[in-house]
Amino acid sequence: MNRTRPLTAGAAAVAAALALTACGGSGDGGGEGTSLSVYIDSSPASVALWDGLKDAYAEENPDVTIEVETHPAGSEGDNLIKTRLATGEMNDLFWYNSGSLFQALNPDQNLVPLGDEDWVDSIDDNFTTVVSTDTDLYGAPVGASFAGAVIYNKTIYADLGLEVPTTWDEYMANNQAIKDAGLVAVAQTYGDTWTSQVPVLGDFYNVEAADPGWAEAYTQGERKYADQPALAGFEHLQEVFDGGFVNEDFASAVYDDAVKMLAEGEAAHYPMLTGNVASSVGENYPDAADDLGVFPLPSSESDDNGLTVWMPNGMYIPKSTEGAQLDAAKEFVAWLVTPDSCAVQAETTDVGGPFVVDGCDLPDDVPALVSDMQPYFDSGDTGLALEFLSPIKGPALEQITVEVGSGIRSAEDGAALYDEDVVKQAQQLGLDW
Amino acid sequence: MTLVHPTLERTTERPARRQTRRAGARSPYPTWFFVPAGVFYLALFVVPTGASFWFALTRWDLYSAEFIGLDNFQQFFREPALVKGFVNTFVYAFLTSGAKVVLGLALAVLLTSQIIARGWLRSVVFFPVLVSTIGVGVMFKVLLDPFDGAVNTVLSWVGVTGPGWLTDPSLALFSVAMVDVWKGVGLATLIYIAGLVAIPQEYYEAARVDGASAWQNFRSITLPLVRPATVTVVLLSLIGGLRSFDLIWTMTRGGPGFSSDVIGSVIYKQYQAGFYGLSTAGNVVLFVVIAVIIFPLSRWLNRKEVPL
Repeated sequence: MNRTRPLTAGAAAVAAALALTACGGSGDGGGEGTSLSVYIDSSPASVALWDGLKDAYAEENPDVTIEVETHPAGSEGDNLIKTRLATGEMNDLFWYNSGSLFQALNPDQNLVPLGDEDWVDSIDDNFTTVVSTDTDLYGAPVGASFAGAVIYNKTIYADLGLEVPTTWDEYMANNQAIKDAGLVAVAQTYGDTWTSQVPVLGDFYNVEAADPGWAEAYTQGERKYADQPALAGFEHLQEVFDGGFVNEDFASAVYDDAVKMLAEGEAAHYPMLTGNVASSVGENYPDAADDLGVFPLPSSESDDNGLTVWMPNGMYIPKSTEGAQLDAAKEFVAWLVTPDSCAVQAETTDVGGPFVVDGCDLPDDVPALVSDMQPYFDSGDTGLALEFLSPIKGPALEQITVEVGSGIRSAEDGAALYDEDVVKQAQQLGLDW
Repeated sequence: MTLVHPTLERTTERPARRQTRRAGARSPYPTWFFVPAGVFYLALFVVPTGASFWFALTRWDLYSAEFIGLDNFQQFFREPALVKGFVNTFVYAFLTSGAKVVLGLALAVLLTSQIIARGWLRSVVFFPVLVSTIGVGVMFKVLLDPFDGAVNTVLSWVGVTGPGWLTDPSLALFSVAMVDVWKGVGLATLIYIAGLVAIPQEYYEAARVDGASAWQNFRSITLPLVRPATVTVVLLSLIGGLRSFDLIWTMTRGGPGFSSDVIGSVIYKQYQAGFYGLSTAGNVVLFVVIAVIIFPLSRWLNRKEVPL
């Protein structure tokens, strides 16, 4: 125990050094009005969304100024968030993933509980569960939900006389027909490795449909990806590659390349997140908006199709926000979950799915991408993605899916390797597997 | 970057400490002159190094650390990408180190001979050393793109279909190693030029009188007498190769899949995933591995130095 003394001293020295270099996040506001600083990711869609929200709030509350600060998206951003929370340097509010990434922030210790706020009842239950711990609720939704599904080009389907597939075999038959017509059947973009995970993660509705309660058993270490029904996602990835359905430059192409191929009618399918595609199409290919549709990743087991759905990011207040700042922050959060705020969000960005707040409806002119999803929501054929149901997510999934999707490793090996990979996460969480 | 400190610090620390102790007896300066530097050294190097040995034994999420014994090390050695990472690290280190010795010496011999535009050529060879590694990585990633990259475009003019330099799993590591050599050979050349210039001309004159050929000159005079330069080049490039990370991360991120993963990128990915204790354990392992390789190698190479 003696050893810990100098260590804490060292940690204190490091923290002091950090404090010296860190730029003060929270503005004090001074006499006149309050200034709130919000920490968001730097993707163009996020910046546009927050610019809109900032202006709209300033109009209604002239004495509160919202300042937006950005951090890189992805794991680099995760580290910045964790470091700021750990050193008490977090901005007044921050906007961050719900689900397993939210759980990794140690919410009970770091965040201000919001369970007693008035607006909580107006939030969809799917969302409240993914921003809550056993103790309390900590986040408010900003943004819309979205799905991980197959984005397809409707013109190609019409030209070739194809129908939206409901089983995996029909999907593969369509792929063959598209390939025979000299087009790219399935766009894949392993230059951006994260995109390779979608076929596996987006298949989760089918997993849960075939084996209800899979996610919970998975958290307990009782289900594995190496076994069916979860293995199917990996197998499908391999089958698409083995069939020669992918674009020639799949290994180096990036996400934007695939959206371009889809919008310009060179590729027919792209398994992707609808939120991302809706915003890229809105920005770069507005003419193609009605050309692109969505169907769920088909199952090889049954023809009961359903969408795997992702929840929007949450708005959180760190414990370091106190006093008048905290009151102003809570007031701002309450405004963010009003229909007014949803209207601004729908206007400034191209949403990829429905909102999760009561009274927030999508505008009538949503692109086909989103209106194709509505029937699944109406009939209740949707399920949350695994990351919202289980804290277990291995860091190497994207490398493994790249390998399986490029024919470097077989589906069985890949799934088994991923099962090894998640053991690290279980250990970090202190689960006894 | 965090990977660098423990090793560099260790390697420089030992001789420095020995010197201060020896000099301490006769030094005209009072001991407290060393206090400011000592405080910095303690706070910025010794304490973090000690702390990392402690955190390697904990489940650490930046908020709290729970002691879990050697679990992290056990988990680290079970890492599926680890074996591949180790093999790649050694292949990369020895390949780049070897290539830098051979090419560096050849270039140095060329650039110390009487050729036109010698000064200009010397700066051209050295120039890549001055460019930022990240910049080099990004530039070559564009040049080596399998479809629109300049390299494969040029190859297609002569009817050759270039491979996917960075996307073919069996080629990716070697492509990055090639770029590393391009970037680092200038420094090796510079060290060799200094070594070659230091060889007294009398030896060559004497050899010429005895009728030695150019090859004999090189084999019997140049090669043995540039040994100190060779030792420096081997050590520097081997250490650099073993802890290589930045170039690989910029060009391939260890991919495709895990095919160009090195120890540095395996550890970095664990850190990114929030496994702070586990990745710290990985750094401790890396520190030990580099020390185990470099110390005996450095001893052995330095002992065989030829006295001039």
